[in-house]
Amino acid sequence: MGRAGAFLPVALFLGLAIVMWRGLYLDSKELPSMLIDKPMPSFAKVTVDELPVDNAALPNEPFLLNVWGSYCLPCLVEHPTFMRLSESGTIPIVGVNYRDQRELALNWLEDNGNPYAFSILDESGRFGIDLGVYGAPETYLVDSEGVIRYRHVSVLDETVWREVFEPAIAELRAEEAQ
Amino acid sequence: MSICAFNRVLVAIVPLALMLLLSLSAEIAQGQVDTFEFDTPEQQQRFRRLSDEFRCPMCQNTSLSGSTGGVAEDLRREVHRMIVEGLTDAEIEQFMFERYGDFIFYKPRLTRETLLLWFGPLLFLGLGGFVVVRIWRNAQNNAPEIGELDDAEQRRLERLAAETTRLKDRS
Repeated sequence: MGRAGAFLPVALFLGLAIVMWRGLYLDSKELPSMLIDKPMPSFAKVTVDELPVDNAALPNEPFLLNVWGSYCLPCLVEHPTFMRLSESGTIPIVGVNYRDQRELALNWLEDNGNPYAFSILDESGRFGIDLGVYGAPETYLVDSEGVIRYRHVSVLDETVWREVFEPAIAELRAEEAQ
Repeated sequence: MSICAFNRVLVAIVPLALMLLLSLSAEIAQGQVDTFEFDTPEQQQRFRRLSDEFRCPMCQNTSLSGSTGGVAEDLRREVHRMIVEGLTDAEIEQFMFERYGDFIFYKPRLTRETLLLWFGPLLFLGLGGFVVVRIWRNAQNNAPEIGELDDAEQRRLERLAAETTRLKDRS
C-alpha cells in the first residue's frame, strides 16, 4: 500500500465520524414541507363560528397559519406568543382547527383567548392532509399572494419567534415592498 | 408430581407462554382494525399493501396500517376513498408524494436525492471488499519464503536443537 493508501482508513474514519456526528444533532421530526413556494391549497370550509370561508378570505399581506386543537398541549404553550402578536397587531394569524370538535374548540378559545382572525374548521383533518400537516401544532408563514414560504413544526415560542419568524417576516416584507 | 418436577415443567412452560403472549401482542400491534368496505377483494388487498407501504408521518417508524396516530387514520381513509374511486396505485402514490414528500414512502423513489440512500450500502460494501482484497494481496506478497537450508544453516539448527535439549534435561 502506498503512502496515500496508509491515510485512507483515517480519512474514511474522519468522514464517517463527521457524518454521524452531524446526524446526532439532526432533528428527524423537522421534515421539509412539500408546499414551500406553492400556493395554499384551495379550500371552501366554515370557520369554528360556522361562517363560510375560502381562499379569498385570507389576508392580503403576509400572515401566519397556525394549526391547533383544543386537545393539543403544546398549542397551549405557544398560545401566549400568538396572543401577544395579535394584541400588538404584529402580523395577522389564521387558525386551522385540526381534528377537533367545534364545541371544544370554542370553549378553548373562550378560556385562553382568541388570537386568530378566523379559524378554519377541519374536523375531518382533510384540509390538514392537503397542507401536509402531521400533527398540531404547526405554523406556516404565507405571503400576500397566498404562497407558503416557511413551515415550523411544533411549538412556536418567543425564542422561535425571535430567531426564526421575526427575521423571515422582515425579509418577506422587504421583498414585497420592492 | 414432586416439587422438583413441577419446577422443571414451569421452567419449560413460562418462556413458551411469554413468547406466545409477545407474538400475540405483536399481532395486535400489527394492524389497526379497518371497518372500510370494498367492492372487490382485490381492492381490499391493494388497501392492505398500500397502507403497509406508506409511513405514518407523525410516528415515523410505523406504517399507516400499524399506526394509531390521527393523521394515519385520516390517510388510511383517503387511501380507501381513492381505491374505491378507481385511482391507480401510481396516482395514489403521487397524491401522497405531493403532500408528504419522499418521507411517506417506506420504499423511497429513485431520484437524485435518494440515490445515496439506495446505493450507499452498495458503495460501502464495495469499499469494504476493496480493503479486504488489498489486505489479502499484501499478506500474500509479504509471506516469508520457505526454502531449503544450506549446510551452514543446517548445522546451526542442529546445534541449537542440541543445546535446547541439554538445557531442558538439566532443569
